[in-house]
Amino acid sequence: MEGARPAPSPYILSLRDVEASSLTERMLPAAALRPLAAVREAVGRWGLIVALAALPIYYGIRDLVHGYQAGFVAGHAVFQHDLTRLGFNLAQGLANGSIWALIAIGYTLVYGIIELINFAHGDVFMIGSFTATGLWGTFGLGLATGPVGVIAGLVLTLLITMAVAGSLNVLIERVAYRPLRGAPKLAPLITAVGFSFILQNVGLLWRGGSPQSVSDLVRQGRTVFSISGVPIVRGYILALAVMVPLVFGLAWFITATRAGRAMRATAQDPEAARLMGINVNATISLTFLLGGMLAGAAGLVYALYETNVWYFQGFEAGLIAFTAAVMGGIGNVRGAVLGGLIIGVIQALADSRMGPQWTEAVVFGYLILIMILRPRGLLGEETREAG
Amino acid sequence: MSELRAQLREWGQALLRRRDAFVNRLPPRLRSLILRLAPVLRRWWTRLLAFALIVIGIVLPFFFTPASGCMNATFTALAFAVMSLGMNVVVGFAGLLDLGYVAFYAFGAYSLAWFASGFFFKAHLHVVVSPVAGTLAGIHLNFVLILVAAAIICAVAGTIIGLPTLRLRGDYIAIVTLAFGEIIGVVAVNGQSVHLGSGMTLTAGNFGISALDAPYFPGIGSFNLLNLRPWYWLILGILLLVTFVNLRLRDSRLGRAWIALREDEVAAVSMGIPLVRTKLLAYAIGAAMGGMSGAFLGAYHTVVSGDDFQFGFSIFVLSMVIIGGLGSIWGAVLGGMLLGYINNYLIPDVLNSVPSKLGLNFPLTEVEFGIYGFLLVLVMVLRPQGLVPERRRRLELTAEVAAEDAQLVEAQG
Repeated sequence: MEGARPAPSPYILSLRDVEASSLTERMLPAAALRPLAAVREAVGRWGLIVALAALPIYYGIRDLVHGYQAGFVAGHAVFQHDLTRLGFNLAQGLANGSIWALIAIGYTLVYGIIELINFAHGDVFMIGSFTATGLWGTFGLGLATGPVGVIAGLVLTLLITMAVAGSLNVLIERVAYRPLRGAPKLAPLITAVGFSFILQNVGLLWRGGSPQSVSDLVRQGRTVFSISGVPIVRGYILALAVMVPLVFGLAWFITATRAGRAMRATAQDPEAARLMGINVNATISLTFLLGGMLAGAAGLVYALYETNVWYFQGFEAGLIAFTAAVMGGIGNVRGAVLGGLIIGVIQALADSRMGPQWTEAVVFGYLILIMILRPRGLLGEETREAG
Repeated sequence: MSELRAQLREWGQALLRRRDAFVNRLPPRLRSLILRLAPVLRRWWTRLLAFALIVIGIVLPFFFTPASGCMNATFTALAFAVMSLGMNVVVGFAGLLDLGYVAFYAFGAYSLAWFASGFFFKAHLHVVVSPVAGTLAGIHLNFVLILVAAAIICAVAGTIIGLPTLRLRGDYIAIVTLAFGEIIGVVAVNGQSVHLGSGMTLTAGNFGISALDAPYFPGIGSFNLLNLRPWYWLILGILLLVTFVNLRLRDSRLGRAWIALREDEVAAVSMGIPLVRTKLLAYAIGAAMGGMSGAFLGAYHTVVSGDDFQFGFSIFVLSMVIIGGLGSIWGAVLGGMLLGYINNYLIPDVLNSVPSKLGLNFPLTEVEFGIYGFLLVLVMVLRPQGLVPERRRRLELTAEVAAEDAQLVEAQG
């Protein structure tokens, strides 16, 4: 304890490096630090990977050894000893994960730029779902509509929903976060929670308190093809088909356009960006717009895929997607997609093996595990908050 | 706004001048007496006020019928004030945003449900309970013991919740505590399928654990719902105790350590404040207060059901602290009572029919959390220091503005 902290070396550029290992520093003399940090790094990374792989490997082995009940033939339960059920979980998980990825990107973009957990983001997604399903009614889309009409209607719905959700997100930033830019960090987080509740109650009044089923416009359960016994249904393809182009489009926007470069600059150092002539407020608004648009798209896909909507979906999805963003490394778009897919698979496994009532607890258990093992996530760099 | 403030200040000064003139015109002997007493009075008047409030608090129930709705709203508000004080220790003093506070409500309520009912029917344990409860199966402890048990269980739970957040700050702490709160909620709802052996389960899920013992004290007897006065005095006593603990903590070494950590963690740690112990104590103490209130509310509601413990409750308690003023003890009490009244009286009894009068088809109770959310946004944007600001925070907020102005001047010059 009496050993003072080692003086920060001149090449340490920011506070975060100093803070990162303050606990270990105070417990151990400086000389012992370097190998220990390496060990901790390895334990963090590999521990997280082991923890993530544990569920599928455990259930895979159990399926192979003990088998699972695959159905009934002539009144007798049929047991199988193969990985088909696991494959089914994986396919479903990747499809779920595509939706979580789209929402997680919104969290990660906003966190990357103003270091705020946009608590209301999940509820923007929910409003997106409600807007989309409301628009179906306006356009007269129903089960009787022909394929051309459905496709045209859905494309139009997608565009309008993205615009609505994006503008809503920008509006929230304007009203609830911008006035608090200079305030203590707790303040915008609290208004974010407040807005989340306001939006939830808007949804509650809009569509009532219980899940409402909406028409299954794309016949999401119809099998398109199957890979060694695992049916790939339309819903999965739809989720991936919306997620992949949007993610690539976003990646292009961030890396190749002037506005995208402004976003990256602001994320790195808002003050320097401002001095370089970047309009920081406009850039932040743009970030919220992009995040909200992706959440809107996710809302439409969710409605088509789950074929029901309710006001609480946003809260659940928000927490799952936030876990995904943290798992991938917050502030990192690739990480958000990766984390989304992983969480999707975990969720599908928990849904099918332990029962959906435990899923939430499993996902949050993973969130806490990440925080213990590797707060910066799989692909992330250290941030000032998590060290 | 500023003109109004200037006008008010002018009036205030005029009033003071008139008072001085009045004192000067008095006979010299009386004047010297008043001048000698004034500083003493000034020092004592907060204590006198507190004393008067306590006395009013104690005699208040005699003005209401023993089982009126007003009594119900009042002592539920007191129970919320206790929770708010607990939350204030974690969020206000130590600056650790805890969004999983509902977990401690759950632990408190379940410690009552476990230790004052026939739920663990295989066990037989009776400690100072009413003659009726003494004949029943299960664990039956005296309410005071349950309060202690709830405080200890919650303190342990708070420490466990605090452990993974030690390396984290700000938003991340909020999320980890939220995750813990949600996990506790999920376990409470699904606890029926967690078997403890010989047919006993962890919780009774959404059916709820019922037939709870009412608080019983030898010589007073069991509390019942026809006479709410004893309940009121009980929770008033708990509130006074918790407030006293809060006041002493704030001015203690530990309290100053919390505030130092809140203001600047790196600086505080390098000044020798033990980070781990200080943070964990904040979680533990805050949790213990929430647990005591939870045990009381559980006893009063007579049933502890898994779906009582939703995320919304954490936000409800957070709103109390924010509206009252972060870090301010009197603010926390005021905020807790204010939202308690709004929640138990204003929204369900007074304003509930307002939307239908406006031609809207929903009861106002349905959107109460939206209202709390709106209050949070409103207070944060318009009056971030809360209704009764903590002195230190008020200085900070004004000092920050001054510093910013100075910077501007520097930049211009």
